[in-house]
Amino acid sequence: MRRLAAIPAGVWFVAPALALIVVFFFLPLAASLFLSFTDFDIYALGRLDRLRFIGLQNYRRLLNDPMFWAALRNTLYFVIVGGPLSVLVSLGAALLVNHRLVRFQGLFRTLLFLPVVTTLVAVAVVWRYLYHPRYGFLNYLLGLAGLSPIDWLGDPEWAMPAIILMAVWKNFGFNMVVFIAGLQSVPRRLYEAAEIDGADGWRQFRYITLPMLAPTFLFVTVITLIGYFQLFAEPYVMTQGGPADSTLSVALMMFQEGFRWWNLGYAAAVAFVLFLIILGGTLIQAWLRRWRR
Amino acid sequence: MATRTLNRWMGLLLNLGLLSGCPAGETSAPLTMWAMGREGESVQVLTAEFERRHPGVKVRVQQIPWSAAHEKLLTAFAGDSLPDVIQLGNTWIPEFAALDVILPLGDMSAAGGDVFPGIIDSSQIDGQLMAMPWYVDTRLLFYRKDLLAQAGIERPPRTWAEWQTALTRIVALPGGPRFGLLLPVNEWQPLAIMALQAGSTLLRDDDRHTDFQSAAFRRAFGFYLDLFRRGYAPALGETQLSYLYRDFAEGRFAFYITGPWNLGEFRQRLPARVQALWDTAPMPGPEGPGVSLAGGSSLAVCRSSRQPEMARALLEFLTQPEQQVAFYHLTGDLPTRRSAWADPVLADAPHTAAFHQQLDQVRPTPRIPEWERIAEKISHFAEKAVRGEMSEAGAVAALDSEVERILAKRRWLMDRAKSGASQP
Repeated sequence: MRRLAAIPAGVWFVAPALALIVVFFFLPLAASLFLSFTDFDIYALGRLDRLRFIGLQNYRRLLNDPMFWAALRNTLYFVIVGGPLSVLVSLGAALLVNHRLVRFQGLFRTLLFLPVVTTLVAVAVVWRYLYHPRYGFLNYLLGLAGLSPIDWLGDPEWAMPAIILMAVWKNFGFNMVVFIAGLQSVPRRLYEAAEIDGADGWRQFRYITLPMLAPTFLFVTVITLIGYFQLFAEPYVMTQGGPADSTLSVALMMFQEGFRWWNLGYAAAVAFVLFLIILGGTLIQAWLRRWRR
Repeated sequence: MATRTLNRWMGLLLNLGLLSGCPAGETSAPLTMWAMGREGESVQVLTAEFERRHPGVKVRVQQIPWSAAHEKLLTAFAGDSLPDVIQLGNTWIPEFAALDVILPLGDMSAAGGDVFPGIIDSSQIDGQLMAMPWYVDTRLLFYRKDLLAQAGIERPPRTWAEWQTALTRIVALPGGPRFGLLLPVNEWQPLAIMALQAGSTLLRDDDRHTDFQSAAFRRAFGFYLDLFRRGYAPALGETQLSYLYRDFAEGRFAFYITGPWNLGEFRQRLPARVQALWDTAPMPGPEGPGVSLAGGSSLAVCRSSRQPEMARALLEFLTQPEQQVAFYHLTGDLPTRRSAWADPVLADAPHTAAFHQQLDQVRPTPRIPEWERIAEKISHFAEKAVRGEMSEAGAVAALDSEVERILAKRRWLMDRAKSGASQP
């Protein structure tokens, strides 16, 4: 009893949360790390004596798998093009909605936030019609502008841009709300002082809004980066990774290997590599912020 | 106010207790069955009849969507929560047999002898009947009679050469941009059919190795790619087919290789003016009428079932010729039993004669658990070749080495079993 009493009270307070993290995070993590060193597949699912411990072979195979590199390339494409685009669009939307001259701010905020809470499958079905090569609305617009139609989801060159466009439209509302919160926490007196000094709108934006938004920027970028690296649902619903694997993402590849083909060993290796990539990306970003200060 | 709400809740709880307590005391647990898509809905009409014939037995059918079915079945197996009877796509049977999920059905030769030979083959693993074919699904040509007539072709093509001639003429017909054939690039079935027709077995040596480098497979692959290279077929994936029926109605393509599920869809979705203009025909082959795939669904009894006898009785009931005819009425699914086809309803139905003809010429794909995976690789590399990202020979070589790798575990297991058997 005395031993129990010797444990600081704080430990008891965090214990439930820690226990949850261990059971639902660290244990599965360790299990999947172990799994990634085996050839767990459909045969092993039936009888465990068909399981072989194969060391690093899954990782070696992964590095030689053209499909993995294609998936990684597609994911990076999505992150590098879609990520900044998404942040810029949400910042722009936040600035517009938050502007002094805009009336019905609440209404606009809600409308722009709507895509975020809409079911992705419903969104995907509608966008598939928008993207249809012959009857789609987007190609109708292109036609009005005198441009030749694009086979949005069928052309390997255009499928990823199409996915990015949809993902940005679907997701920018969330970041927009975060940016609005950031904007509203910027003290008004800074702008008033700047106006007295004769700074125009652009300079106010450049020297007050942007620096004051820096922490928000970091948060939004990290969240977007992590979310976009895990690109899954959009191609899963829209294209199933096609055409010609042009929208196959690492997470989608992991899902297909794991739960479509039950190559859980290989899928665990893919998951681990993805985990390391995201960890690396986040660390680099945090380091960049510190270095700039 | 608060008391009244509380009372209502108490009443509800009491009711629930009574409801759940009552049947458990009198009869055994209900027989559970998982069926996919529309079949899962329609089969409940038939199971009601089964319940009538077996007093005291309750059948509970759970409907699962096709797109999630395979995953759900495997997850249920991993979680030990499978029902008594499951519907299986024919190509899944080897996988579930290897996992020891399903019970061998033993001697059902009386019923089995009545099933089309190619179809019953697909349910037999190592000489044992593992599932009973429920309805068939084979692919053949759906075509526009008027376009063929316009092109001066009297009857649907029976050989590859005739088919190519027909396609050349149809593409050249006046009246807007038109393709001869719709061949979705994400489907492996058309290419597999052509390979089987050309005499390839797809896999060889007890399914230990691939057959993709054989002359027969290469010939089929060349023919398949020519359909795109000559502009007969567009390189479209399935996700782009949102307007399939409209395109067919407008005559934007004349042929489509598809299965019986589209009979109902075509009747429902095509406008009335086109209804008299389409028909079905058996697959053309290299030299004459060709084989097609022995697809479809079967019913199997799970090993985990606590009432295997009753489960088996349900399976036997649902695969009876009379029930298959009734099921055809409900769903349009075609029967697996030849005696069911003698029923006037089927014999006189429009568009089904071609299926009847084709069913005598069907062959199963290799019966190994890896098949779905291999099939996906076939369409993957075929698509690369269609889109020109790989050369014809390069795609075959890549497919060959990839599938050899997939088969490696199977070879290891077979070798291990052999060496284990030779030891005393």
